[in-house]
Amino acid sequence: MSIIKEFTKGIIKENPVFVLLLGMCPTLGVTTSAKNGLGMGLATMFVLIASNLVVSSVKSLIPDKVRIPAFIVIIASFVTIVDLSMAAYLPALHSQLGIFIPLIVVNCIILGRAEAFASKNSPIASIIDGIGMGLGFTLALTLLGAVREILGSGSIFDFRFLPENANTMLLFVMPPGAFIALGFLIAIVNKIKKA
Amino acid sequence: MEYIVIIIAAIFVNNVVFAQFLGICPFLGVSSKISTSAGMGGAVLFVMTIATIVTWTIQKTILVPFGIEFMQTITFILVIASLVQMVEIILKKISPSLYQALGIFLPLITTNCAVLGIAILAIQKDYNLVKSVVFASSTAIGFALALIIFAGLREHLDGMDVPKGMKGVPIALITAGLISLAFMGFAGLV
Repeated sequence: MSIIKEFTKGIIKENPVFVLLLGMCPTLGVTTSAKNGLGMGLATMFVLIASNLVVSSVKSLIPDKVRIPAFIVIIASFVTIVDLSMAAYLPALHSQLGIFIPLIVVNCIILGRAEAFASKNSPIASIIDGIGMGLGFTLALTLLGAVREILGSGSIFDFRFLPENANTMLLFVMPPGAFIALGFLIAIVNKIKKA
Repeated sequence: MEYIVIIIAAIFVNNVVFAQFLGICPFLGVSSKISTSAGMGGAVLFVMTIATIVTWTIQKTILVPFGIEFMQTITFILVIASLVQMVEIILKKISPSLYQALGIFLPLITTNCAVLGIAILAIQKDYNLVKSVVFASSTAIGFALALIIFAGLREHLDGMDVPKGMKGVPIALITAGLISLAFMGFAGLV
């Protein structure tokens, strides 16, 4: 029962983007298309699960005073792994996401989960928490990316459903569109949560 | 001339908040009053400039000569985290009044992705040390400008009659979107 709760809380009730408002920089910065949002979400999810697992496994070895720097080193190592693997196997996506890949290290969700959850719970619970939170983040980014891609380029996951020369709302693939689309999505989520 | 282009580009054209989406967390978090925004802006200016000088030096004197550029992320974030702590301790001793003004914002800066982002960008753009410093400090000025403009609007927003579901963050984000739209007007400048 509690495992299911740990798993689902990240997806809606404590969704890191729409409810907790964490990790806003990559959320706004890379979601020009659904594919970029999904890629960024999965990269973050991998780092989140891996760092949750390691932090909860070594939590008793880390002195309390240096725990934050220790967490940061663990997280930064996994970010470097993701950065180098992506550059090798998915170069196109890697150059699209650009600076936001190394910046996963300062994504508040990851340090936040390490500090608030993984450092107090068993490795298995931490992995489940990582998967749930990661899925919530990935869903939010993919949703925002899809909304912006549909409105801004008239396509979804690179599949065009509008003719080549159709007038789309270009604003939504530009920076202002990110803020506006996210604002409306959060308002909708608030509405759903209250109902 | 080159320097003027860097300054104008960093403050207006590629504004760190509205065009590059760095430092959004403090931007949404501490921008409810003009006075706290100015404090945060000052602290970021201070830390970002010093952090860029230190990380640039480390990149050129340690990482590149030893061929370990892949350690960049780990090294930079550790340097920035310890630098922030050091600045806090030194400031407390040397200038208690400045510490009073900036103190509470300093711990928040470690998780400000703009600091790490600008340190990495300065390396990627292949700037020399002076250009990096100019780039970092004008980016920080752009950040402070964004924060102060936004805080000014938010102070008024509190008293407005906003639809219920849009209250708080959603309307703040849409406001940010409109400011961002205005900043796009600078696009052709350089």
